[in-house]
Amino acid sequence: MPMITIEKVSKWYNPQFQVLKNCTTAVEKGEVVVVCGPSGSGKSTLIKTVNALEPVQAGTIMVDGLNVTTMKKDLPKLRSRVGMVFQHFELFPHLKIVENLCLGQTIVLGRSEDAAKAKAMKMLERVGLTAHAQKYPGQLSGGQQQRVAIARALVMDPICMLFDEPTSALDPEMINEVLDVMVELAKEGMTMMVVTHEMGFAKKVANRVIFMDAGEIVEDAQKEDFFGHPRSDRAQQFLSKILSH
Amino acid sequence: MFSNFDYDVIWRSLPYLFQQGMAFTLTLTAIATVFGLILGTLIAMMRLSSSAVLSGFAVSYVNLMRSLPLVLVIFLFYFLMPYVGQWIIRSDQPVQVGAYASTIVTFTLFEAAYFSEIMRAGIQSVPRGQVMAGYAIGLNYREVMRHVVLPQAFRNMLPVIFTQTIVLFQDTSLVYVLSITDFLGAASKVAQRDGRLTEMYLFAALVYFLICFTASFFVKRLQKRISIIR
Repeated sequence: MPMITIEKVSKWYNPQFQVLKNCTTAVEKGEVVVVCGPSGSGKSTLIKTVNALEPVQAGTIMVDGLNVTTMKKDLPKLRSRVGMVFQHFELFPHLKIVENLCLGQTIVLGRSEDAAKAKAMKMLERVGLTAHAQKYPGQLSGGQQQRVAIARALVMDPICMLFDEPTSALDPEMINEVLDVMVELAKEGMTMMVVTHEMGFAKKVANRVIFMDAGEIVEDAQKEDFFGHPRSDRAQQFLSKILSH
Repeated sequence: MFSNFDYDVIWRSLPYLFQQGMAFTLTLTAIATVFGLILGTLIAMMRLSSSAVLSGFAVSYVNLMRSLPLVLVIFLFYFLMPYVGQWIIRSDQPVQVGAYASTIVTFTLFEAAYFSEIMRAGIQSVPRGQVMAGYAIGLNYREVMRHVVLPQAFRNMLPVIFTQTIVLFQDTSLVYVLSITDFLGAASKVAQRDGRLTEMYLFAALVYFLICFTASFFVKRLQKRISIIR
């Protein structure tokens, strides 16, 4: 059974505008899937439907065997098991770094202050930011903030991770420090769904690449096939545009 | 030029000015702030609710209050409330409310409109991504509000609430139109009785200035201390 199953999912913002058109795909346990495509193609929306941050009007999404689309009361519990990293970090600016990492652990998982703090420090060490534990998010660089955001997701012991354009809001010199953490995670066998334009990252760690355009999944292929010989014209055009330099 | 001023009139009337005048000014400010904030929060929640009826009512209320001069509202309530009271308890004659009760109700209702706008702006100033991030780590609606949205909204609006309270403190002097003895009213009465208008009004101005200036100073310090580092 796959970790994430997306079946015939459609979403409309209003009757005239359909953002997702009959999308079907799956992510196996331990698999790294990169979702790419031109802006406005619906890739960010698709990844947000996986933990029901965006509701859908048709289709079914299953995470770890649980139906997310019909879930109501247990939704917070499921979300706590699905790590999510946002384009603009979305750290809580009024809380210190360590408090950012403890909030979910104490409130949602019911861990004690001490246990949560210990776990937080362990994860901060992992992303190389132990020295910044007592600072506020605004005192950190974009790259550092995004690494904290990854740590904030990891302290919850997630069964899979969703990344929504994790490096698009970063200055170029900070992109690699974030990608390094992600590569590390992938190597450890974390199930990951990553919306990104970083084709280098895709080539390095992805198992599969999903290409979206105008709300549709146009191509869903093994990495080698996608970069070697993309079948659709749209994917070919997209690749030639972003790989030409 | 100030040689014929009589400063003694100030000393003589100090107990009256503060024990009666300032006491009422502060009471009115405090009551209107507390109840205005409570009512204002309710109105802000109505305004942000998904119900068209509730938000429509809140918008109309706020727009109405903000489009009328406070002096007019004070008068209007004073003359209108006896009839409203009569209608509510189905009495056969207008209910005597009295100037004090009337001004307290008026200021509360009037300030609620302004406070509700401050509350609404504060809540809306928290980006939607923050709410999403809260949900993403597994918080429910109540927890997102309590731990993510309100602490940030509160920091954004607290200085504005205090500033509005300082404005309210000054505005309470408008109760003179109902001949109520607030601080300015008391000063004015002494001034007229003893024929010492300049001295008394100068003194009143000085007291208002000192209180408001000091309060503003502390609001600025508070603002710096609680502001979020971005």
